Amino acid sequence: MEALISILFHGLAYAMILYIVSVGLSVTMGLMGFVNLAHGVFAMAGGYVTVRLMNAYAVPFGLALLVAFVAVALLSVVLERTLYARLYGAGELEQVLFTIGLIFMSVAIVRYLWGPSPQPVHLPAVLSGQIDLGIRSFPTYRTFLIVVGLLLIALLWLGVERTNFGAQLRAAVDNRRMAESIGIDTRRLFSLAFALGSGLAALGGGLGADILAIYPGYATEYLVYFLMVVAIGGLGSLRGPFVAALLLGFGDTACKYLVPELGAFFVFAAMIGLLLWRPAGLFGRA
Amino acid sequence: MGFRASAVGAVCIAICFVTAASAQTVKLGVINTYSGPSANLGEQLDRGIRLYVKQHEKDLPPGVKLEIIRRDDTGPNPEVAKRMAQELVTRDHVQLLAGPIYSPNALAIAPIATEAKVPFIIMNAGTAVITTKSPYIARVSFTMWQSSYPLGVWAAKNGIKKVFTAVTDFAPGIDSEAAFIKGFTEAGGQIVGSVRMPVNNADYVPFMQRAKDTTPDAVYSFVPAGKDAVAIMKAFGDLGLKQAGIKLIGPGDLTTDEELPGMGDVALGVVTAHHYSAAATRPANQAFIKAYKAEFGTNEEPSFLVVDAYDGMAAIFHVIAAQQGHIDPDKTLELLKGWRNEDSPRGPFMIDPATRDVVQNEYVRRVEKVNGQLANVEFETLPMVKDPWKEMNPPK
Repeated sequence: MEALISILFHGLAYAMILYIVSVGLSVTMGLMGFVNLAHGVFAMAGGYVTVRLMNAYAVPFGLALLVAFVAVALLSVVLERTLYARLYGAGELEQVLFTIGLIFMSVAIVRYLWGPSPQPVHLPAVLSGQIDLGIRSFPTYRTFLIVVGLLLIALLWLGVERTNFGAQLRAAVDNRRMAESIGIDTRRLFSLAFALGSGLAALGGGLGADILAIYPGYATEYLVYFLMVVAIGGLGSLRGPFVAALLLGFGDTACKYLVPELGAFFVFAAMIGLLLWRPAGLFGRA
Repeated sequence: MGFRASAVGAVCIAICFVTAASAQTVKLGVINTYSGPSANLGEQLDRGIRLYVKQHEKDLPPGVKLEIIRRDDTGPNPEVAKRMAQELVTRDHVQLLAGPIYSPNALAIAPIATEAKVPFIIMNAGTAVITTKSPYIARVSFTMWQSSYPLGVWAAKNGIKKVFTAVTDFAPGIDSEAAFIKGFTEAGGQIVGSVRMPVNNADYVPFMQRAKDTTPDAVYSFVPAGKDAVAIMKAFGDLGLKQAGIKLIGPGDLTTDEELPGMGDVALGVVTAHHYSAAATRPANQAFIKAYKAEFGTNEEPSFLVVDAYDGMAAIFHVIAAQQGHIDPDKTLELLKGWRNEDSPRGPFMIDPATRDVVQNEYVRRVEKVNGQLANVEFETLPMVKDPWKEMNPPK
């Protein structure tokens, strides 16, 4: 029982990181049909900005995260306008090749700037150690991840379900041509959504730096997990990736704990099964 | 007649000149990983070579020159390594081979060393079986069994009764798991659980929770140094295994000297066995560290790779000097067998005359803070350990 609670708790923290990083990818792919494999690059960039600011300039964790969010969101708009925009009408192969190229370049750049080793993460003292939540003690950092993750998700849902921007976004995802014909500037909308998604990825990279290590291989190594979240959840929705991240977080953690011999294999088998059953993902529109 | 005589004379002179020149230049082919994701390992190895040559080039016999030809095997690519070795032997006519980082590459090069009779100095690749694959191979680095087996024996004799093993599911991980379990159980220890973890693993919490459930005295672990080592230490700390009095132990690969400063305080207290620690206080090592920092920067820490390559060059310089630059393959091997180096940065070591494998001290170390920086502090020496795998599997 004790172990089960621990596994559920850690699985949840893991799911939060996966969701925050991946949700932007789901929106980009759903809205523009753009296969952005380089999404993890923005998470990595966010991680580097956060960790470097903390280590080299003693910037507080919260402020470093905010800077990472803004800086990476701006960077992503620049990239979107100058590079991504050229490939909107192109085939999937071109998009995949382009974004893979972007990954390789990012790997080389961060390796050149900060070396091949993972960046040391020094969390503020408040976040290290254990916190007593009444029933038992939990690691403070992971508790913090869950709380911040839930807050971000609540904000995101309010933003998409209750604001004008959200309504436009949902309209554009549902039917882009109809949305344009009633006067929604989908081009601008997309830039905004892209920036928001990339910023969130950066936030996820920074928040999760103590679980998913910040090093040059980040964008390729964890890409599989981000793509799984999107594929299982379905494109263009907020709820889908959330459920998928929870499934992946709990499933992966529990299976590695219960049957470690099959631990790595199980999530992939589960994904294949799920996608055979629902090829568009749990909440995707076929 | 006069013309013919002078022509013959000229040819003679030319031949004499050529043989004299080639006798004085010893060609060494180095096959190492200079590009790709593990280029940083190759760089460490090459630094060892450069540092030794820089310090000792003047010690070569008068008129003898060493020419080093470097080839890139790009990573664990046996086909590439083999092709590079072939080129070095047939086109560049190297008289000695050295390298590689990866065991599969060493195994691919072995047949070429045998066929061409080119002595091959192994500077890293640690799979036990390598030295049996060619009579022209001699190893100066280490074997996986050499650290994990004695660590198992040491643990059982030092109050650790129950151990949970958690290793990465790849060749060195499985090798080290087998070695540790054998050493530990033979000395009376009990294995309460084992798990092999996938190569690309993000979160180590489930495995550490499983370890915790078995209430061991220690968790033995081997995962690749760097992010995996950090991740498993974090999971170990997050789940409170340290507070529960459980130790984390493993081979030195878990806390390599060049990665250690970046690992953070989670690494504190980890106990490992290895043949080299940059924090060792013996004079030969302090002189070595000083020279290394002067050459490559004050913030750089040499890893065991640097020392292994550095000592490999010492072996090569020894055979060149003893033969005055005229490299005879069989004589070279005779010179290497039983060769001892009392004054290596790692302490004394020798090449076993019977197996041509390295015999050296293993040090039990604990991660501590020295001058504000994490370091592997040696606290016990297991003297002159032979490769236990070869002791148990004698040639038939």
